[in-house]
Amino acid sequence: MLDYVKLLILGLVAVCAAIAANYARDVAYLVHALLIMSAAAITFIYVLRNTGEAKRPVPVDEYMDGPVRAAAIATVFWGVVGFLAGTFIAFQLAYPVLNFHWADGYLNFGRLRPLHTSAVIFAFGGNALLAASFYIVQRTSAARMWGGGLAWFVFWGYQLFILMAATGYLLGSTQGQEYAEPEWLTDLWLTIVWVAFLALYMGTLMKRKEPHIYVANWFLLSFIVTVAMLHVVNNLQIPVSFFGSRSVTVMSGVQNAMTQWWYGHNAVGFFLTAGFLGMMYYFIPKQAERPVYSYKLSIIHFWALIFLYIWAGPHHLHYTALPDWASTLGMVFSIVLWMPSWGGMINGLMTLSGAWDKLRTDPVLRMMVTSVAFYGMSTFEGPMMSIRAVNSLSHYTDWTIGHVHSGALGWNGMITFGMLYYLFPKLWNKQRLYSLRAVSWHYWLATIGIVLYAASMWVTGIMEGLMWREVDAQGFLVNSFADTVAAKFPMYVVRGLGGVLYLTGALIMAWNLYMTVRKSAVRRDVAAAAPAE
Amino acid sequence: MSDHKTQHPEEQKLLAGDPDTTGHVWDGIKEFNNPLPRWWLWTFYATIVWGIAYTVMYPAWPLVNGATPGILGFSTRANVAEDIQRFEDMNADIRTRLTEVELAAITPDDNPDLYNYAIQGGAATFATFCSQCHGSGAAGVMAAGYPNLLDDDWLWGGTIDDIHLTITHGIRNTDDPMARYSEMTAFDEILSDEEVASVVQYVRNLSGQDADATLAAAGESVYLDNCAACHMDDGTGDRYLGAPNLTDAIWLYGGSEDAIEHTVRYARFGVMPPWSADASNAGRLSEAEVRAVAVYVHSLGGGE
Ligand code: HEM
Ligand code: HEM
Repeated sequence: MLDYVKLLILGLVAVCAAIAANYARDVAYLVHALLIMSAAAITFIYVLRNTGEAKRPVPVDEYMDGPVRAAAIATVFWGVVGFLAGTFIAFQLAYPVLNFHWADGYLNFGRLRPLHTSAVIFAFGGNALLAASFYIVQRTSAARMWGGGLAWFVFWGYQLFILMAATGYLLGSTQGQEYAEPEWLTDLWLTIVWVAFLALYMGTLMKRKEPHIYVANWFLLSFIVTVAMLHVVNNLQIPVSFFGSRSVTVMSGVQNAMTQWWYGHNAVGFFLTAGFLGMMYYFIPKQAERPVYSYKLSIIHFWALIFLYIWAGPHHLHYTALPDWASTLGMVFSIVLWMPSWGGMINGLMTLSGAWDKLRTDPVLRMMVTSVAFYGMSTFEGPMMSIRAVNSLSHYTDWTIGHVHSGALGWNGMITFGMLYYLFPKLWNKQRLYSLRAVSWHYWLATIGIVLYAASMWVTGIMEGLMWREVDAQGFLVNSFADTVAAKFPMYVVRGLGGVLYLTGALIMAWNLYMTVRKSAVRRDVAAAAPAE
Repeated sequence: MSDHKTQHPEEQKLLAGDPDTTGHVWDGIKEFNNPLPRWWLWTFYATIVWGIAYTVMYPAWPLVNGATPGILGFSTRANVAEDIQRFEDMNADIRTRLTEVELAAITPDDNPDLYNYAIQGGAATFATFCSQCHGSGAAGVMAAGYPNLLDDDWLWGGTIDDIHLTITHGIRNTDDPMARYSEMTAFDEILSDEEVASVVQYVRNLSGQDADATLAAAGESVYLDNCAACHMDDGTGDRYLGAPNLTDAIWLYGGSEDAIEHTVRYARFGVMPPWSADASNAGRLSEAEVRAVAVYVHSLGGGE
């Protein structure tokens, strides 16, 4: 019966999408309608073929690892795509000829930049968070994922969102709000997927067999709930036409700017921080085989972190049309946020007490620990940059870009790599990774890449900040904007090389994980563990 | 691919000397009951105390109308205004003189201090507003129609007053009715292909470049009938019309056969915005700034 309902809905969606495609007023909308139509049609055929077949009984005593495997593979794939895009736009900034004339309006910097940011944050980071959420919530609840095939819907639905966002950018469909560029149709689709994700997560937690909820789940749940809220509020838009991708924001002027950076900062706070802290709280104790350092610390820093982050957004708008009072509050909350952020770092690092020697032999653990160290560094740098006086130098400069990437490459990237190295052998029942030496290579390439990236951006950031504000004795500006661009050139090349190293490391990882699945010896002890009570 | 059973793996083993755990286990993971690190807690408290104190000092808490102003009376807008005012006051006298003294008298000999001020201020203004088109070194952008300002080849005149006029009103823009205006004819529909080809060779010849002699000879009458009215019989151009000199090696859009042919067929129409805020709404510079940048450009090498 359910199958027939599904078929009906899918058929309707496919037909409506086809009609919408027919009336499309712009190319991006046309492509999106066709994507939705194909997705619905493919799913329709898939459901149809299974309709009336005898259903395989759901193995309630097994974890549902298929979607975890899929999300892990997608993480690797989108990671490589996103790093490639990042490296390419880094060289476009150094060598403008790479904005090829023949690809004008598609592959120029302006189109590729949002492609890069969304590919790394939402596609790479997002899939990593899907894999982590699906895996962690099942293991720490000792329960199979709730909702039957819902996890598959979330996974594929999310990939469809990524495709819609990416094609939209290249075709020039954007609502012009950083990290929230996709237009209304794509936004609506993501909302549906996200609500399903939330339901699935809550459902699984509710049927858990453990008396308490593990700390990793608090973080992951706060990430899912808050992102839902941020996404909806920051995307309050009215479409210009039902058949076009354009839309108009409900809020305007400084209200819109404030909402946007409330969103932007909490995308960092809940997507890139809370979610990834959830990841850390599971995979570090696992890989180190040591208990979490302090339960008390985890409670206090969790509540402090999620309370404080929400108010810190105005530090993105110092010295703008935003009133001074809002800017002060943003700064104060950012600085108070320093210790709660470091609570996560302390808990991550100190979990290694009694296992420090493993750092010498285990490159995967080394990766995770380095990631936590970068987390600590960028959450010190961030509060510092939120101080008005510091921000008057750093704002609009490459210093911000350096800060972003020491967090993104160091913290988000490295913890994700660590997770993938942990997960692949587990998910494919292998005894070990194919090559630990390759992991070491990846570790060093990535680390040096990050150092090149962050160091070059500190240099250019501080340099251009100083050059912009340089005035002579009579109060005249000394440098033109073009002078600062010219001065940054060598460091832009260094940053590009950092990207090449980071990308190379990721390619080695992809190869290593592939070989692990293909070649590593199978584990036979899986069933030996004690049964759940 | 068979999935794992929902079973507990082995619990984490504790070492001798480990603190107590909370007693919970999730998928083998335990938690120690360690207290909050003291330094962490005290630093956290310190930031909170500091934060409260800071919000008392600075504008911070929103109220029904406006927000608490803070006891220091801090305001970013007031700070900027103050900064600007400080320089305004410091330079007030010299700025007034800059707008009053006759332009031709702003020279290193007659008014050294004024001249230096104008050069520095003009350079800053140039870097901010003019370099986008004329290049940060003022060498123009060859072949894109942005003239080089370093040489002594002037379209609309190179005396300080000419330059001042050009900057004030701009060229061929629609914002300032006083902008200097002229328009070359597009000869594509007027001349035959042969005539175009011959006049191109004639112009090549004028500027001393390689040219087909027979075509060039044939081009002379075409030139005299159609072009000489503006570019003059001898090809040296006319500054009242901004008609470029065709006899030198300096080209706005390039001196190749293709570039010249394109110019003849489709004409060119370079636009410069008006800069004086006094003269038009589109202008963004004060009279003092316009004068300073005029002095600066005049000083670059080609001033007459
Ligand atoms: C190979 C690695 C990478 C390279 C070479 C790279 C390069 C770049 C470049 C050139 C920009 C534009 C900077 C500008 O506009 O001046 C950028 C922006 C950005 N990238 Fe990356 N990136 C890399 C990896 C990542 C990763 C892994 C993440 C996140 C997980 C990330 C997140 C961002 C963000 C958020 C921005 C926008 C920053 C802002 O607007 O302030 N990048 N990246
Ligand atoms: C306590 C923690 C943090 C604070 C207080 C903080 C503060 C700041 C500040 C002041 C800026 C510069 C705003 C500007 O001048 O435009 C900034 C930018 C940014 N930070 Fe952080 N940061 C923190 C942690 C992180 C972490 C861990 C990451 C990444 C994983 C991150 C990612 C970003 C991004 C992506 C931007 C650029 C936003 C944009 O302009 O596009 N931050 N942060």
